[in-house]
Formats: sequence, C-alpha cells, structure tokens
Amino acid sequence: MKKTYKIEVDCANCANKMENAAKKTEGVKDASVNFMTLKMSVEFEDGYDYKEVMQNVLKNCKKVEDDCEIYLK
Amino acid sequence: MTKKQKKNLTRIIIAAVLMILLIFIPIENKWLKLVLYMIPYLIVGYDILIKAFKGIKNLQPFDECFLMAIATVGAIAVGIWGDGDFVEAVAVMLFYQIGEWFQSYAVGKSRKNISALMDIRPDYANIENDDGELEQVDPDEVEVGSVIIVQAGEKIPIDGVVVEGESSLNTSALTGESMPRNVISGDEVISGCINLNGLLKIKTTKEFGESTVSKILDLVENASSKKSKSENFISKFARIYTPAVVFSALALAVIPSVFTGDWSTWIYRALTFLVISCPCALVISIPLSFFAGIGGASKEGILVKGSNYLEILSKTKTVVFDKTGTLTKGVFEVTAIHPEIVDENTLLHLAAHVERYSSHPIANSLKAAYQNENDGCHVLKAENIAGQGVKALVNNNIICVGNEKMMKAVGAEIQKCPHEHSGTVIHVSRNGKYIGHIVISDIIKPTAEQALKELKKSGIKKTVMLTGDSKKVADKVAGELNIDEVHSELLPEDKVNEVEKILSEKLGVTAFVGDGINDAPVLSRADIGIAMGAMGSDAAIEAADVVLMDDDPIKISKAIKISRKCLRIVNENIWFSIGVKIACLVLGALGIANMWIAIFADVGVMVIAVLNAIRALFVKKL
Repeated sequence: MKKTYKIEVDCANCANKMENAAKKTEGVKDASVNFMTLKMSVEFEDGYDYKEVMQNVLKNCKKVEDDCEIYLK
Repeated sequence: MTKKQKKNLTRIIIAAVLMILLIFIPIENKWLKLVLYMIPYLIVGYDILIKAFKGIKNLQPFDECFLMAIATVGAIAVGIWGDGDFVEAVAVMLFYQIGEWFQSYAVGKSRKNISALMDIRPDYANIENDDGELEQVDPDEVEVGSVIIVQAGEKIPIDGVVVEGESSLNTSALTGESMPRNVISGDEVISGCINLNGLLKIKTTKEFGESTVSKILDLVENASSKKSKSENFISKFARIYTPAVVFSALALAVIPSVFTGDWSTWIYRALTFLVISCPCALVISIPLSFFAGIGGASKEGILVKGSNYLEILSKTKTVVFDKTGTLTKGVFEVTAIHPEIVDENTLLHLAAHVERYSSHPIANSLKAAYQNENDGCHVLKAENIAGQGVKALVNNNIICVGNEKMMKAVGAEIQKCPHEHSGTVIHVSRNGKYIGHIVISDIIKPTAEQALKELKKSGIKKTVMLTGDSKKVADKVAGELNIDEVHSELLPEDKVNEVEKILSEKLGVTAFVGDGINDAPVLSRADIGIAMGAMGSDAAIEAADVVLMDDDPIKISKAIKISRKCLRIVNENIWFSIGVKIACLVLGALGIANMWIAIFADVGVMVIAVLNAIRALFVKKL
C-alpha cells in the first residue's frame, strides 16, 4: 500500500535526511520525499498497520530533523 | 512569507538592533556585559541551541546546529577568560540565522514559482443533475461515459470527447505551448487544459485517476525521488566531513596549546575553523540546484523523473530517434497532386468521393485534403477491391482509386511519379482512362530540422534514426534532416538490438527519443529514455526517464541544455564552496583569518551558493 503525506521542512538536505529516516523505519518498504511539492510518499510492507508505522516514521524524522512536520491524516 | 519566516525575521531584527546598541555602550563590568550580550544571543539562537542539544540526545550530533552551538559557546567562553569581547559570538549566531532565513525565503519563493505553474489539479467537476442544474462533484466520483460541463475559465477535470459546444483551450500548463487550441464537437480533449471562452459538454472517456492530469501530477510528485550522484556524494561527504572537522578543530585547540601554553589564542583559532567549515553551502545548495532545475524544466513542459536523470541527460553524446511520431507527424497528408487531363481540384475531388465510406488512413488523408467532400455529388456502388483499391460510381463515371495493380486491371496506362520515393502514390482512373495520381506521405514536423541543428550545435556527436518504415522513405527523411545514421525496415525488437549496438560502441551517454507503445523496451534500455508527448502512449511514458509534454522535437535540445545548465551550477557551487572554505581554513589555522572572515566563509558563501542554485530555475532563454 502506498500513501502520500504533506510535510513541512525547511531545506532540501533536511528533506533528504527525513527520507532516509523514513526508509529505515520498520514496516516501510520504500519512502521518498519531494522537496518541491513538500510531500512524502510512503510504501508500506504487508502486514503492518500504516497508522502505527507513520507514528514511528514521524518519531524517526524528528530525531534527524527536529524542525520537520508530517501531517498525518 | 510564512508565519515562521516572519517570526524569525523579527528575531533577527531585534537581536541585530540590540547587538549594535551594545557595541556603542561602554560597559566596564565583564559579567554585566556578558548578561547583556546574552539577551540578543539567546533571542536569535535559542532554537539552534535546543536543536543541537536534541541532536546530541538523539545521537545525531554532527550537524550544522551542533557546529554553530559549540562555535558560539566557545567564543563566549573565550570572551569570559580573555578580552571580554562577546560581539563575535552573537554575530556568528546572528549571521548564521540570517543565512538560514534567506535560504528558506529563497526556497519558498521558487517553490511558489514552480507550484503555481504546476497547479493543474482540478478540484471539482460539474455535472447536470435531474433538475437541469449544475452540481459540483468530486472528479473521483465521475463515472466513465458521464457528461460533464466545463464553463469558461474552468479546468477540464477529466479526459473525454466534446459532445456539445466549441471553445479554445489553454494547454500551456500541460505543454508549455502558449497558443490556444480550438476544439469543436467530436474533438478529444485532455484534462488539465483551461477552457478559455465557450461552454463545453464533455463525455468522459476515462476515470479521474487515469486521466492525463492525474498522471502528470503523479509524475511531478514522484520526481526527484531518485538522487543524483552529486547529491549522494554531498550527503556522504557531509557525514564524514563534519566529524572530521570537529576533531581537527579539537586537535587545533589542544595540540599547539600544550606546546605554547597560549590556550585562548588557539581555542579562538579552532572556533574560527569550526565556523568556516560548516558545510551548509554545499548541503543546501546542491539539492536546491536540482530542485530548481527540475522545476524550471517542468515549466517548459519537460518532465524529468529524478535528479539522476538530469545528471545523465547533461552528458548525452548520441541521440537516437524513432521516426514516426517523433520526427514526423505520424499522420499521412497529401503532399503532391499530379493530374493528367483534368485539373488538380477535380482529381482530388473524385478521389475523395470514392473514399467516402472508407476509414482507411489513406482515405482519411484524402478526405482531409478535400475539405467539402460531402457535397451534392452522387457516390454509388462503392466497392473495396482487396490489395488494389476502391472503385465507385461518381456522377455516373466509374472512378477507380488504388495502386498500380488496379490501374493495370482496368486498363489505364499509368504515369510514373517523379516523387515516388517520398511516400505512397495513389492512382486514379475515370472510365478506364488514367487521370493522374496523388502522393500521400508522412510529413516531417516543422521544427525537426531546427531541432537536429540545435542538437549538433550543443555538441551531440551522433544522431541516429531507427524506423520500421521502408528504406526509401527513411533515407529521404534522414537526408532532409541531416541525420548521421539510418536503420530502416526494423521490427520493434530490432530497434532494441540497434540501440544495444550503439551502447556497446561506448560513445558516451545515449538517449533514445520515441513515442509509441513498441518504443517502451528501447526507452528503458537506453541510458536515458525520452518520451514524446504526455498524450502519447502510457507505456512509453512509464518507461521513459524524461517526458516531453508536447510533441515538439526542439524540446530535446532544450532539455539537454537545461540539464547542462543545472549541472554547471552544481559544479560551480561545489568548487566555489569547497575552494573558499579550504582557503579560509588555512588562513584560520594560521591565525590570519578572524571570526568575521569565518562568518563570510560560512554565511556569505551559502547565500552566494543559494542564489546561484536558484539560477537553475530560469531556463526560458536556453
């Protein structure tokens, strides 16, 4: 399953950091952050609850870039 | 300006004013001075300190905030033990924040610039409800085959066919083309175009999710997910670089001090070294350059699917073209009329009549050439003779339209056509007597010749054309366009083999430009695949790395130029930033550069690099 979230981040490098953090989160198959459109699209692995996974993604992103935000629907 | 930017700007201004005031107020007591200087320092830098602290807590210590925090805290410490000068600490933090603010503002501006142009997402579709009134619904809910209504000024939300009304459409968001396109009942329209004047009723042929506009938005939103080598290099570089700098600074502070005993001088030098070495200029400007480059390209109707493709595209040395649909229009048109006995108009007139009930591509082109086919003439007993042509009774004359075989069969003596090599020749006879022939051929796109010239001018070494068409036609097109190499009469799999051969010659990056469904394997095999026309085949767009939104071949050289400009900027930024930093680092270590030069090496270089990066956005004149 794939979902797209709106994000808030200041610089292109911070967006890259977020992308890497999201990719490393358990339950995430692949993730990409588009700095131009301020969107993060996350592909989830089967058998995971995407809402829980996204909480962890947010937590991990905050670790690498404190100033970021992901708007979870 | 966003809320955050406004807030940060206020902080910067207040801190700057306070700092300048404090410089002019002579304060004797060191501790009072420290407390007073702490006010602007904390106003402007509290978030950096918090971030640095959180970074350490999360075991991600080596970022710019961390560098800034130790540099300024260190400078304050040097002030306490040494000369009681706190201006530098505040200034470092202040200028760092100014740089950050500027960066965020520039990014916001350019993002707005790009996204406004890419703002093609339709929010609603109008449908007529049972009372005959217009109702706005979510485009997702509109089923295939429903009739939607698009008023003047609205975007067409879903692909479809016009069933009522006529108008002109602005397609610039999709194609970068500023000329409006006129549509009438029966024309196909694509979503994302803006209806300029009339009211259109459109019968949808696709779901919203499958419509052009959704596909394009998907492309744009997923672009830049593939990182270029330069970007990967920079993020790897930053990972090694920052810790390395921190430890060198530590060494610079400790080792000479042990020998000389002059701790404050060497700590000060180490701090200067830290400020200079902050990698902001690189880590910010490189991704920003690609962001601007992709944005600028999409403004011109060129969608690049990732920054790595922009990088590869800039190194293109060989361009391989598909012929039909790429260099030629892919539709057959009447290019010559050679009558015998009768005049040109009569010949075309009769030929068009015979083909009235046929939908063969040749029939269509004849009918297109003779606009008022459906006049009062009687067309009877139209008969299709397989492998020969069509025969019919027009105003009581037996007219045959077909190939040489057919002419032989009816006993008409044909005239050889001087333009035989350029296309298909259609002979016409009246009551068994030869009255002339019409040449139909696929015509070259008007901009193709210029496109090829531009490519050569921009340093493309070799151009190749691959086509399934006959050798005669292929050679003629290639000759007119000055293409270096032609391979004709190819099957789709032969095209892949030809591209393999070119790739094995190792002449540098090879790009393939094509549009059809059978081009998809070649598009993915080439180093870089360029698909023509977002209105072309889905398979081609899927397989391609770069999509040209309109069918204009001139955009190929434009795309290459944009990519080169972007990469040039990236390289400029890499060398400029690293160069200035190394120079200042050496000066700093020798004690020649003070904190103010360090601030320039950090913030100044960053601002220049950001401004340079933004330049990648401006590609109109390329």
